[in-house]
Amino acid sequence: MIEVDGLTKYYGDIRAVSDLSFSIERGQIAGFLGLNGAGKSTALKILAGFLLPTAGSVRVDGVDVVAEPEKVRRSIGFLPEEPPLYKEMTVRAFLTYLGKLRGMGGAEVSARLPSVLERTGLSQHGDRVIETLSLGYRKRVGIAQAIIHDPSLVILDEPVSGLDPLQRVEMRKLVRGLGGDHTVLISSHNLLEVEETCDLLLMLGDGRLVAQGSEADIHSRIGTGGSYEFDVRGDVAAAADSVRGLDAVTEVSVTRAGGEGEVHELTVVLAGQDRSGEVEQIVGALVGSGFGVSRVEAASNELEDLFLKLAGSQEAEG
Amino acid sequence: MRAIALIVGRELGAYFRGWSGWVIAAGILMLQGVLFNVFALGDSEKLSSKVLQDFFYFSMGMTLVASVLLSMRLIAEERHDGTMVLLLTSPASDWQIAIGKWMSAWIFVLLILLASLYMPLMVAVNGSVHPGHVFSGYLGLTLVGAAATALGTFTSSLTSSQVVSVVLGGILAALTCVMWLFSKVASPPLDELLAYLDFYYRHFQDFREGTIHTRSIVFYSSVTFFFLLLTQKVLGARRWR
Repeated sequence: MIEVDGLTKYYGDIRAVSDLSFSIERGQIAGFLGLNGAGKSTALKILAGFLLPTAGSVRVDGVDVVAEPEKVRRSIGFLPEEPPLYKEMTVRAFLTYLGKLRGMGGAEVSARLPSVLERTGLSQHGDRVIETLSLGYRKRVGIAQAIIHDPSLVILDEPVSGLDPLQRVEMRKLVRGLGGDHTVLISSHNLLEVEETCDLLLMLGDGRLVAQGSEADIHSRIGTGGSYEFDVRGDVAAAADSVRGLDAVTEVSVTRAGGEGEVHELTVVLAGQDRSGEVEQIVGALVGSGFGVSRVEAASNELEDLFLKLAGSQEAEG
Repeated sequence: MRAIALIVGRELGAYFRGWSGWVIAAGILMLQGVLFNVFALGDSEKLSSKVLQDFFYFSMGMTLVASVLLSMRLIAEERHDGTMVLLLTSPASDWQIAIGKWMSAWIFVLLILLASLYMPLMVAVNGSVHPGHVFSGYLGLTLVGAAATALGTFTSSLTSSQVVSVVLGGILAALTCVMWLFSKVASPPLDELLAYLDFYYRHFQDFREGTIHTRSIVFYSSVTFFFLLLTQKVLGARRWR
């Protein structure tokens, strides 16, 4: 179990993280969500024992990060946004070295290595020199180093950033699979990413925790699931009508009307209880009514909207 | 101890797997060979002990250069590549990291020194050399190597640029050899302190001539400890930044 109480970090006079308090149950997957500069990476670095806090405490399974840093670090695996890799080493040698450095015996590492390689999809690449691997596989090696010593807490900073869509799907599956055995804390500035992967959302804004809870908790508080853009072919007014009656939809508008035979853009505001399910439902309705759908994307300002709504709801509560 | 041994093993592996260790070792040994041939042996006849003294004289300079070059990458490269996080989030303490890093460079310097042994052996074959003289000189070089690699490890901890690290290390190493000049213009008791801090005249000269003084062993060991302590403090301070 991870318990964070009043965590604060200043870089000189600049406050990066302010009075964060939350707890994560064993086996849960929690996601730090926030815009760039919200303090996600700083908070993760403190939790990983890489940085020390200015104030507050972090306890991993009851052990304090500041009081007993070396003991805590044994039970933490950390993957920063850029995977830290000794590129001249082979995958196997690299993982063996880190396993031993984190307190495992030689036989223990040898016994665990095959399962870690398999879990991260690296079984066929164990003897390859790391610098010859693609970015996607380097990220996998990064995750493998974070779990080689079987830590109770795995911290992953933006694990899907820089990956192509296929790699993102695989990485999401991999992260999802870590839950249960490990408590997992990931960070992202992609709302959908975190929602699809995490049991608990921790939303950071300007170094502060602006909301926390499950996806449903957050959406019930702000009342909407955000906006999605759909590129459709055919009669755009009829397409809008075909989704307007769905329970998942609260608002539909034509945001770009093309000429005859061209693509039109519909922007749909979701009700927000099961976002990926709702998107599937809308695509199904459009295709079922005979419209072609060539693009589905979260509206680019969705996260900003969400934070504005959260800030608005905080003011209203205040 | 286990963490130190693991860090030493990885760092030594990095020297051997990459080009830098081989290039530095080859360059130093080549220069040492040229200097031995041109200056120590020279054109005229010399006593074997004089040849050895000249060999140890420039070998000390070569050891300083090798130490600074080998240690420049130790921490700066990890910070540049973002891999320092692997060590700083491991259970290894800052002391163990500092010692492991330093020890790997020192061991590599010792390997270079070992490879240079053929030169005194050539003098022994063709002349008359007291083994104690060779031992004394190499003990001095070993201690200079320890102190200089600790100094290099410290400068490497200050920056993420290997160039800055080697320039800082070079300046500090050069200063350690010209302290006697400053001592000449300083007033007591500062002059005595500056003279004591000189790597060559006050300490290595005795080793070079075949004399071992405990005070010089203590001096080089203290300098080594001092720079390792500074390195450990720098590593610790970075966690607060």
